[in-house]
Amino acid sequence: MIDGIWRLGGASHFILLVLLKSWTSFARPRLITREIYYAGVMSLVIITVSGLFVGLVLGLQGYETLQKFGSESAVGTLVALSLVRELGPVVAGLLFASRAGSAMTAEIGLMKATEQLSAMGMMAVDPIARVVAPKFWAGVFSMPLLAAMFSVMGVFGGYLVTVVVIGVDEGSFWSQMQNAVDFRYDIVNGVIKSCCFGVVITAIAVFEGFDAPPTAEGVSMATTRTVVTSSLAILGLDFVLTAFMFRGVA
Amino acid sequence: MISAAENMLVKFDDVSFSYGNTPILNGVNLAIPRGQVIAIMGGSGSGKTTLLRLIGGEARPTAGTVHVAGEIVHELDRNRLFRLRRKMGMLFQFGALFTDLSVFDNVAFQMREHTDLPEDMIRDLVLMKLHAVGLRGAHHLMPTELSGGMARRVALARSIALDPMLMMFDEPFTGLDPISLGVIGGLIRRLTDALGMTSILVTHDVQESLQIVDHVYFLADGKIVAHGTPEEVSQSATPFVHQFIHGEVDGPVPFHYQARAYADDLGIRLK
Amino acid sequence: MQRTVMDFWVGVFVMAGMGALLILGLKVGNLTSYQSEDSYTLLGNFENIGGLKIRAPVKSAGVVVGRVTHIEFSLETYDAVVTLSMDSRYRFPKDTFASILTSGLLGEQYVGLLPGGDEDMLKNGERFMKTNSAVVLEEMIGRFLFNKAAGD
Repeated sequence: MIDGIWRLGGASHFILLVLLKSWTSFARPRLITREIYYAGVMSLVIITVSGLFVGLVLGLQGYETLQKFGSESAVGTLVALSLVRELGPVVAGLLFASRAGSAMTAEIGLMKATEQLSAMGMMAVDPIARVVAPKFWAGVFSMPLLAAMFSVMGVFGGYLVTVVVIGVDEGSFWSQMQNAVDFRYDIVNGVIKSCCFGVVITAIAVFEGFDAPPTAEGVSMATTRTVVTSSLAILGLDFVLTAFMFRGVA
Repeated sequence: MISAAENMLVKFDDVSFSYGNTPILNGVNLAIPRGQVIAIMGGSGSGKTTLLRLIGGEARPTAGTVHVAGEIVHELDRNRLFRLRRKMGMLFQFGALFTDLSVFDNVAFQMREHTDLPEDMIRDLVLMKLHAVGLRGAHHLMPTELSGGMARRVALARSIALDPMLMMFDEPFTGLDPISLGVIGGLIRRLTDALGMTSILVTHDVQESLQIVDHVYFLADGKIVAHGTPEEVSQSATPFVHQFIHGEVDGPVPFHYQARAYADDLGIRLK
Repeated sequence: MQRTVMDFWVGVFVMAGMGALLILGLKVGNLTSYQSEDSYTLLGNFENIGGLKIRAPVKSAGVVVGRVTHIEFSLETYDAVVTLSMDSRYRFPKDTFASILTSGLLGEQYVGLLPGGDEDMLKNGERFMKTNSAVVLEEMIGRFLFNKAAGD
């Protein structure tokens, strides 16, 4: 328990350092671009495919249940709201943590274990500014984009299964959805959520990598910790944010 | 070793260092003059690498002062420390090349980070440095495609990229075949003389280092226990030095790890 | 060479992400019909607002012409003061009826406007003269039972 608090303090201090040393990343955007490629672009496949599948299931399950109340035409609303408010940010966040977050931890941890970070330091280049900060900003930037893509693919999946396969009316699918989903309330809040998740996941990922014991075992445990801690943090943060954002609705 | 401080590039004054609660160095006094190749020898875990880290400012001593080029390393602020580091080069044990960059980009790293030289000039310099270590033809390879010896040579080229005044070598001979050993040893000597550097080797390879160094220091029990020229050292009668140089199984560094009496462990009672 | 390919894919990625956000905003949400800055404020006093909430629509003839932005209790008149943000394109006569209606049988509540015949239009910050409160279910049932009892 005490150890956990200690690590939290260390992590906060580290993230503060990352933020303070970020101006190198912004002066040389190429560094961030490279990290966006590895974190964002490489996650595209898993995000879009998962989004599609989640949308398909939501549409199917939603239709099954709503049909009992004669409200099948509301399935568009159901799919869209579930995705935009919750599933988009959360599931995309979990997937991002597993794929990109663990990769970041592994890369930083391995660089530490093979003394590459020390070598960089000895060559008078700050490894935090050069290696860690670009990864951090790339993750923060990519996460909301990925969550949005997840939601869009999900809505498309819902559309596919309900309108194209089952035969729910296309017009009411879209019009009910557009009436029910409010831009400022639902979509912006969803984007804010995914930004928060992006910050948390990337912060955990880079810290675990930098803090990992410089052994093979240490790095592998660090990557596991990244995935587990990020996932728990996302779910916990989701509750807090949802309570704040959507409390005033009903 | 009390000479004019200006002539000494590196000076350790009563330096102690502990890692947590474990004392590693206990009152080390050391002065390294310019222009020489120095070896620091000792058993595994004796704190040799720690000395290098103290010189480079990666660690700070718990007591005493470390002087490099007249400045006290651990009292420098970040900017001054980084400026001092640009005049130092360090060769890590396994090279520590950046695995995502090619050989060429690795060697060019410091030039691109710290200078504003145009790319064609950097290209010439990189090829020259690689030529000095004999790997100019390998500039397009990735670190994973290199053998251990080649990787270390590339790392050497990388660290001398900006012509440092001080080079530190952390176990440069470990795990190399005899040919590579000869190559690295020769390179260290030739480059130090050619570039007018000072080189500090941390090693426990007796054979190779005695052939190339000007002076040897022995580190044991957290202190410098002996030093001398290669000739003095190989003829030394000091028990520790003798055991080390000749690779004797037992001596001041015992063979047996601390244990109970043998008979007791086996459960035999001696009559 | 490697670097240019990477840049290309990052560009694709960023465009796809921005595109997704745009799609969400326009097709999934209701950004196109979002309330612009051109609006004016009207006030209405209601005895009972029922289940009316902030952001509920203001409709006339079934078309959304504004939104409820503020609901407050007035200590001077001891009733509810509802603030409406009205689309500047639509002006209403001074004798317009403002009622709180329910969409469908058990749906959400909204403010319905029934225009009167006055030639003067309501200006920014002015108050509706005639309002109808929300129908409270318990009162309606009570009235029904009372009528039934009186009728027997």
